[in-house]
Amino acid sequence: MLKYILNRLFHSVIVMFVISFIVFFIMFKAGDPVQLLLPPDATQQDVIEMRHALGIDQSFIKQYEAFLKNVAKGNLGNSFVYGQPALDVVFERLPATLELSVLAMIFSIIFGVPLGIIASIKPKAWYSKAIMFLSLSGISVPVFWTGMVLVLIFSVLLGWLPSSGRGEVYLFTSAFTWDGIKHLIMPVLTLSFFQLALILRLTRTGMMEVMMQDYIKLATAKGVPRRVVVYYHALKNSLIPLITVIGIQFGQLVAFTIVTETIFAWPGTGKLIIDSIQNLDRPIVVAYLLVISFIFVAINFIVDILYTFVDPRVRV
Amino acid sequence: MKFFKNELVVEFFEDKLAVGGLIIFIFLCILALFPSLFSYQNPYDLTQLFLENSFQPPNHTFWLGTDEQGRDIYSAMVYGLRISLYVGLASTVLSVVIGYTLGLISGYYGGWVDTIIMRIADIQLSFPAILIALIIMALWGEGIGKIVIAITIVNWVYYARTARGVVLSEKEKDYSQSAKALGMSNLGIIFGEILPNTTAPIIVIATVRIANAIILEATLSFLGLGVPITEPSLGSLIANGYQVLFSGYWWASVFPGVLLMVLIISINLIGDRMRDIMNPRLKR
Amino acid sequence: MALLEVKNLKTHFFTRNGVVKSVDGSSFSIEKGEILGIVGESGAGKSITGFSILGLIDSPGRIVEGEINFDGKDLIKLSENELQKIRGDEISMIFQDPQTSLNPVITIGEQMMEAILYHKKGVSKKAAYEACVEILKTVGLPAARKRMKSYPHQLSGGMKQRVVIAMALLNNPKLLIADEPTTALDVTIQAQILYLMKKLSQEFHSALILITHDIAVVSQLCDKIAVMYAGRIVEYGSKEDIIFNPLHPYTKGLIECLPKLNDEKKRLYQIPGIMPSLLGLPQGCYFKNRCEFSDDECDTYPLQQEINGRIVFCHKVK
Ligand SMILES: Nc1ncnc2c1ncn2[C@@H]1O[C@H](COP(=O)(O)OP(=O)(O)O)[C@@H](O)[C@H]1O
Ligand code: SF4
Ligand SMILES: [Mg+2]
Repeated sequence: MLKYILNRLFHSVIVMFVISFIVFFIMFKAGDPVQLLLPPDATQQDVIEMRHALGIDQSFIKQYEAFLKNVAKGNLGNSFVYGQPALDVVFERLPATLELSVLAMIFSIIFGVPLGIIASIKPKAWYSKAIMFLSLSGISVPVFWTGMVLVLIFSVLLGWLPSSGRGEVYLFTSAFTWDGIKHLIMPVLTLSFFQLALILRLTRTGMMEVMMQDYIKLATAKGVPRRVVVYYHALKNSLIPLITVIGIQFGQLVAFTIVTETIFAWPGTGKLIIDSIQNLDRPIVVAYLLVISFIFVAINFIVDILYTFVDPRVRV
Repeated sequence: MKFFKNELVVEFFEDKLAVGGLIIFIFLCILALFPSLFSYQNPYDLTQLFLENSFQPPNHTFWLGTDEQGRDIYSAMVYGLRISLYVGLASTVLSVVIGYTLGLISGYYGGWVDTIIMRIADIQLSFPAILIALIIMALWGEGIGKIVIAITIVNWVYYARTARGVVLSEKEKDYSQSAKALGMSNLGIIFGEILPNTTAPIIVIATVRIANAIILEATLSFLGLGVPITEPSLGSLIANGYQVLFSGYWWASVFPGVLLMVLIISINLIGDRMRDIMNPRLKR
Repeated sequence: MALLEVKNLKTHFFTRNGVVKSVDGSSFSIEKGEILGIVGESGAGKSITGFSILGLIDSPGRIVEGEINFDGKDLIKLSENELQKIRGDEISMIFQDPQTSLNPVITIGEQMMEAILYHKKGVSKKAAYEACVEILKTVGLPAARKRMKSYPHQLSGGMKQRVVIAMALLNNPKLLIADEPTTALDVTIQAQILYLMKKLSQEFHSALILITHDIAVVSQLCDKIAVMYAGRIVEYGSKEDIIFNPLHPYTKGLIECLPKLNDEKKRLYQIPGIMPSLLGLPQGCYFKNRCEFSDDECDTYPLQQEINGRIVFCHKVK
């Protein structure tokens, strides 16, 4: 077990190293942030000073070397734009993003799994077909379009829900205040619509495949009631692969907060990364990507551990 | 006429929803192929735009209203459809060709070639596609050609993996063993024996991924990182209209959005059906 | 009165390519404590016959006609609820492939106890547990108590089949249907399992329907034999009649295939040709294309004949 964990950790460090190098290189090639940072009437002297202050007047190798040395000290450099340590800037906004992603994932699972089961039991029934058509629309609608339609209906037309911001935050989330909840509803719905449809469809396919297995028929032949066969024997088998999907899809959710946060002016990392890429704020972009890939690695890891608990066939 | 007698084709037509999707898709393709025939304004031609027509709600002259430049939304949608479809199809064809080739090579030769290609694929797959495409576009700038390439860069992986997987399983089967015994060259085996047997799964994935590519393009354009508004795709039209949504000019974004949705649903209906047919175990 | 009497059973599958008549008018019966063998090539409809008795036919299949009289009830007329009470209790079944018969994510113990707990209300979990351990010992599973906590993947194929057999015997069923219980196993284990089945069904006073493609197996174990071909029974009678005096040309062919004691070296005989697809059955006798006795008469399906208490469908048997 320990060997496995160390192995995984080593692998992840390599991947993150590669990613940091690629991003660093691309951002180096992409251009000079100083043009964007200084006012248009800045003198040549200002430019030179600023480039020196940011450390970007050096060669690529030197810069990357400095970056690695800093990383060893747990420092990813200061943001060109905010002047603060890049990690701090990212961490400050991370809770808002994770809040959206986690809530959206919970919502998708709570509705996606049961609907998927219902649609699998009698695939020819009208309600199964209705669920399947809705889920097809779910995977066909771009996230930004869902968000727009919700805003149009609930903010512009009905005026029920606020269309931007995070509302009142208590502790680390807005889910504990009424005002916060009102701000959360639309972003979470927007983010979960696609996921819900996807989880629904995968649950359904999984259930239908499992229901054809011999052991399901044998359970019935043993006289186990249909209810137990479906909701225990079959479900237990089809939920296990779903764990992997949920792990992978959580990454997608985090990525798509970029769109959701743009629409709802949500103060998370999604908006930050878009702005930072456009400002060529390299430390922020690198920090963001490293943090995100760390989250992905962590989730993958959790999924693997979970597997060893829920799937008796897997032992590490 | 052999095509229509094919059992799989007949089976496809048994599903009314899928046939509906196919009809809509063909119709939309015709619109997109001949946009000037179906629209009364060329949205690229600035001499046809008049500012005094700006923000007209849907009416007799402008069926679906106009935007701030007096651009007819309906005509812009027809042209936008053309661009969205172009990006979706072009990027899919490119990624199929590239991914398929790399996947075949990887699966057929194995060894270090395989290791390198699959490592790259692994690292890429550990990141959501949209994030990669977004960074490429943000640093490279807007443009139709650029977005096609960006989508290709993120999508080739899926085909490479599939092609590789199929090659590995086909390799075990009798015919390529016997082909080898008959002295066929490696290339001969790939193109003569394996290629025809890998097309079906690739076509199914490609269909589903055309829809994904279109969504990706629209999303990037919506974020202002895709296709410029001077040559608007459906996504950039929606983005453009979204800026005035709160001023009450809903038609500028809602109609292009509905068309985009219809387009993607029609493709997914076709893709879903093809997948069901290809997966006989799920047939009931 | 017979324990089970199947009359004119027809189970058809309504597929997009046409109606598959997997079981098309089968009649047979079995007394208490008797062993009936159903033999035939793969695809002849043997498994579907077994599933039909338990009402385990999934769409697009359906029992379209017939009676399955068991212990005074027609099983076809029972509701799903009533059937559920009989399954695993009065009638139980063993499937062909032990590798896929057990749920991979539930322990052996829990899967076995289910069979008791859903039928015997009022039996405590503890008592059920002990009963399971007992029966695992009876079927000769080593380290029975420890195995209760195992998952299927931790057992070998032969061990799994023992578990499945034990599971089927838990409630002391009146009828046991064993669908090729040894086909997926090693030859060495096959004999053990078959012997076990015979011994146990005698011990438990169960009637046994043994489904197999291997006439050697039925010739050793069974009291009665039904020979199936392309969805229909072609010959049905006592073991002695069928093995030592086969009448139907197909049965004769099967018996030919048996290795003879005196000339072991002789190349095993095989009936030439293959069984027609159930979707492309010939006009007349289904065996026509492989039968050395066929002539124009065989272009109509032969009627049922009863000869000295056995039943046969063939124009050339007089
Ligand atoms: N679900 C199904 N749909 C269509 N045909 C089926 C189905 N299940 C079984 N059959 C057909 O029924 C016939 C008999 O099957 P089976 O009873 O399993 O044969 P066997 O004698 O080998 O046990 C086969 O030819 C098979 O094609
Ligand atoms: S009826 Fe004719 S074809 Fe059929 S088994 Fe008898 S002799 Fe052969
Ligand atoms: Mg069978």
